[in-house]
Amino acid sequence: MNWQALALTLRLSLITAGSLLVIGLPLAYWVAFSRRRWKFLLQTATSMPLVMPPTVLGFYILIAFGSSSPLGRLYQRWTGHTLAFTFTGLVVGSILYSLPFAVQPLVNAFVSIDPRLIDASRVLGASRLRTFFRVILPLSASGIATTIALTFAHTFGEFGVVLMVGGDIPGVTRTISIDVFDLVEAGRYGQANITSLVLLAVSFTVLALVYWWNRRAWPRTPWA
Amino acid sequence: MEPARLAAHPVGLTGRETASGGTPKPMPQPDNTEERAALDFFARKRYVNRTGEAFSLDIRFAVPSGITILFGASGAGKTTLLGCIAGLAKPEEGRIAVDSRVLFDSVAGIDVDVSRRSVGYVFQDLALFPHLSVERNVRYGLRGLDEAERERRIGEVLESFRIAPLRKRLPGDLSGGERQRVALARSLVTRPAVLLLDEPLSALDPPTKARILDDLRAWNRARRIPILYVTHSREEVFALGDRVLVLERGRVIAQGLPQDVLGAPRQETVAQLAGFENLFDARITAVHDDLGTMTCRLAPGSPAAIDIEVPLARIERSSAVRIGISAGDILLATEEPRGLSARNVLRGTLTTLEERDFKVLVRVDCGVSFAVLLTPGACRSLELAPGCKVWLVLKTHSCHLLRPTDDAASF
Repeated sequence: MNWQALALTLRLSLITAGSLLVIGLPLAYWVAFSRRRWKFLLQTATSMPLVMPPTVLGFYILIAFGSSSPLGRLYQRWTGHTLAFTFTGLVVGSILYSLPFAVQPLVNAFVSIDPRLIDASRVLGASRLRTFFRVILPLSASGIATTIALTFAHTFGEFGVVLMVGGDIPGVTRTISIDVFDLVEAGRYGQANITSLVLLAVSFTVLALVYWWNRRAWPRTPWA
Repeated sequence: MEPARLAAHPVGLTGRETASGGTPKPMPQPDNTEERAALDFFARKRYVNRTGEAFSLDIRFAVPSGITILFGASGAGKTTLLGCIAGLAKPEEGRIAVDSRVLFDSVAGIDVDVSRRSVGYVFQDLALFPHLSVERNVRYGLRGLDEAERERRIGEVLESFRIAPLRKRLPGDLSGGERQRVALARSLVTRPAVLLLDEPLSALDPPTKARILDDLRAWNRARRIPILYVTHSREEVFALGDRVLVLERGRVIAQGLPQDVLGAPRQETVAQLAGFENLFDARITAVHDDLGTMTCRLAPGSPAAIDIEVPLARIERSSAVRIGISAGDILLATEEPRGLSARNVLRGTLTTLEERDFKVLVRVDCGVSFAVLLTPGACRSLELAPGCKVWLVLKTHSCHLLRPTDDAASF
């Protein structure tokens, strides 16, 4: 069992899930409540990683942050190295790859809130921001939990983007799924099996915990 | 002679008080007829009602403090009107002021944010926050006050609406009446400058409703703010309203004291809303200036047409009109009545009997069909049954001449 890979994968998944919550909340709020005509374009863009092959996504991340692109040059000047084959690169790739899993459950949670509750909060003197924290967020608890679980589990088992962006550097970018790949390549099926079981067990536990917790989340309109 | 029914009502709604008969007395009104308008409203707005039809709202009115009933069929624009005051809907053109504080003015470019309008709004579905306790729901709108003042106000309003024992409960654990009280308390605790109530009591049984209305009246006696109260219920109009605004398709089609507007409706829409069960197409066939009446043929053109006498109005002979008669205003006899002041005695056959909560609605075919409201006791002692020969007695002044609603704009 490669404990280093497991620890690295856990760290990557936690950071990705946390970042996606922070990025996903305002994005989902905008998708759910904006009346702009072109908001479908944003919806489409955030859903693209669902249908893009991970290799294609990884390839474009490499290009975007490579030394031939302005973004890559900026990043290089700022940090002194390229994004490719670093842990930060993995985080950026994972965030983009799991974006739909963050935005969609949050949008679903937001739009299923009775709009009258938001009106009521505003009429009672609350700003949009206060309404967001006091009404929308608490009533979206189950959507938030789903977002954390899905983005965590999705990142935990991700392979293609990690391989493209991170390569396979032990302790830096070798995640548990790549470890399994290496083990199988080397014909060490027994060890591959143990590692795979650990991966499955962690993912199962995380999802089960969230769905168990969601069971008793706030009913949205208890008397409806 | 001034025709009584078609005389236009004064538009001003302030300070007029008349006895209201058997119905509960409306709020006492100050005698000062010059009382300034507490709510001054003008708005034009296109809107789409719940059935997807597009309408335009074009409404102007001014009311003093006290309860004003907004009466009208669904889709008439009542909720849109309330939304314009609360700031949840934005008029294309208009000016809205509460106690001379301008909330919206399209010309001056004023549009006060929803959260700063000091409006109390109780929604039809109440919109209590399901994740907050009764106390925290009520506390929600209280900010910028010190904790002692907040506690004092919460305690006071919970007592006023008799929900103090429910403090820690969640809305999902409350009965319908309790939730209504919490919603009222949550709005009123903020001391709003105007209160908007969108059918807040529609789902309640009459005794619960009456108790909540008593509490609301008591609260308003102490604070005197303008209250707009949307309802479909005729009983609530008489029980609560100092004045009534009747809306149809985004326009005010009638306004005044409840007993004036609903007691003698001049538009068919109002008549339907006010519960005139008998509505007939009719034609004036003769005008009797000396008798103070006109002869009016119901269902003209049909072989079953019948003539009745209606109050004299300034109307041409042979004009087409509509006649509205409340089912409760018709007398029913099993023998031919004599020596009555009533001008209309019609012979007919009872066709159906329908009992519904302490009332019996019978239909009588006199050529045209009349609905008549009786008590179960009267039904029993007259031994009424379908097929009975009966006489109907209509007082002249129970026959209301109605204007087609399209003319209403000229009122």
